[in-house]
Amino acid sequence: MSRKVIMTQDDIKRTLARIAHEIIERNKVIENLLLVGMHTRGVPLAKRLAANIEDFAKLKIAVGALDISLYRDDLSSLELKPTVKSTDIPTSVDGKSIVLVDDVLYTGRSIRAAMDALIDLGRPRSIQLAVLIDRGHRELPIRADYVGKNMPSSRHEEIQVQLKESDGLDEVAIIPVPSDREGQ
Amino acid sequence: MRTGQQIKTVAPKPTEIWRHHHILDIDDFSREEIEFVFQTTRAMKEVLSRPIKRVPALRGKTLITLFYEPSTRTRLSFELAAKNLGADAASLSAPASSVAKGESLVDTLSTLQALGADIVVMRHPQSGAPYIATKYMEASMVNAGDGWHAHPTQALLDIYTIQEHKGDLKGLKVVIVGDIMHSRVARSNIWGLTTMGAEVTLCCPPTLLPTGLGGQHRQLPQVSIEHDIERALDGADAVMALRLQLERQRSGLLPSTREYIQLYQLNQTRLARAKPDALVLHPGPVNEGVEIASAVAHGPQSVINEQVTNGVAVRMALLYILAGSPKQ
Repeated sequence: MSRKVIMTQDDIKRTLARIAHEIIERNKVIENLLLVGMHTRGVPLAKRLAANIEDFAKLKIAVGALDISLYRDDLSSLELKPTVKSTDIPTSVDGKSIVLVDDVLYTGRSIRAAMDALIDLGRPRSIQLAVLIDRGHRELPIRADYVGKNMPSSRHEEIQVQLKESDGLDEVAIIPVPSDREGQ
Repeated sequence: MRTGQQIKTVAPKPTEIWRHHHILDIDDFSREEIEFVFQTTRAMKEVLSRPIKRVPALRGKTLITLFYEPSTRTRLSFELAAKNLGADAASLSAPASSVAKGESLVDTLSTLQALGADIVVMRHPQSGAPYIATKYMEASMVNAGDGWHAHPTQALLDIYTIQEHKGDLKGLKVVIVGDIMHSRVARSNIWGLTTMGAEVTLCCPPTLLPTGLGGQHRQLPQVSIEHDIERALDGADAVMALRLQLERQRSGLLPSTREYIQLYQLNQTRLARAKPDALVLHPGPVNEGVEIASAVAHGPQSVINEQVTNGVAVRMALLYILAGSPKQ
């Protein structure tokens, strides 16, 4: 099996517009929203969603970036040390309706870590989750409130999300994991 | 979930940059490694700015500080760094422990190993003691000062503090004034600063200059030597004053403390020879009125308190990086 594109640039654009509308619909008080992107690719996704919401609702939306390296539950088993990036949230999280944004929802462990990280920063009113791809295989009782595309996958496959801001193009593809990288 | 396709990424992966299981000195640190530490330090500073200055990254890890010499800030900042990362920190003071009953260093270390230490932070009066220690333990060893030899975490926090103000260190003139010979802080800073591309000038009485420096010796970092403090400070971007250990006078290396003050104290008149925005650093503890005038130590150019704050962040970064480093 070879690499297969599952979302093109236009698909991603339409999907983010749809999710932005859903966020507006679900959150009565838009002023209270805070979009938080998870490093690395959640950050540009959160910025694009915020730009869409600002466009549709004519309101300025706060956007932040969150790094979860310090909250991971697998630090000692990681051979590859994750580079800690800075968490940068421009406003207090107290009382905010936070929408956490990530590219792919998989085991749910990153989201667990992200929730811990957010709660250490204060007491948000609520936390919702928006993801571009939900690939299944959850290991924790976590689900997304906004899903771009459900993509049932095998653990032997990799979902490759590429975004203009980090990779130069917008595309989501599914690729089989080479056997020597299995289990990573 | 990081599913990204980092298979052929251009930037080197952190483990390809980082090679250390212990931190003994920074003479074998590459520029990339130092920058990796600083990048992690910036994230730790963000943690320190929060109302709850604690993350669970090192939960379940144990850090033990083992100090055979007195220390205030180094020991405290290691313990705070460990606690801020969720690790358990315990300390052993040599005079209060069975060391006072004659236990050897090797026995003490194997006890710490048996107690489950993951990281041991040691200060020892003998140069090289932490190197020997690594042969007797699996835990990561962090050198918090060994004799006259090295104090790598102090140098990293000094260089981080300069870099935070000045950006790239390449071409910056950094002057180290004081008792270079007996200073492990100076030795580690010379290695680190020259690795980062700074131009280091040493300024001290000839009796307090270690041999070999300033020559063409290939194994040693290239530094300039200037015994006249005013000429040394000319156009400096940063000045680091070292503590004058008052017992040096008794050893006959200095005629008198008063003469040292007259010739080498960092005061306002002399500091005016440096650039107007030059930074003033001191590793502490400060002998105010001896190696540095009070007005300079507390003046607008002083970053001495920032050094202490940055010390916690740098040590958090190092502990975090070490906790996941490969065993040797």
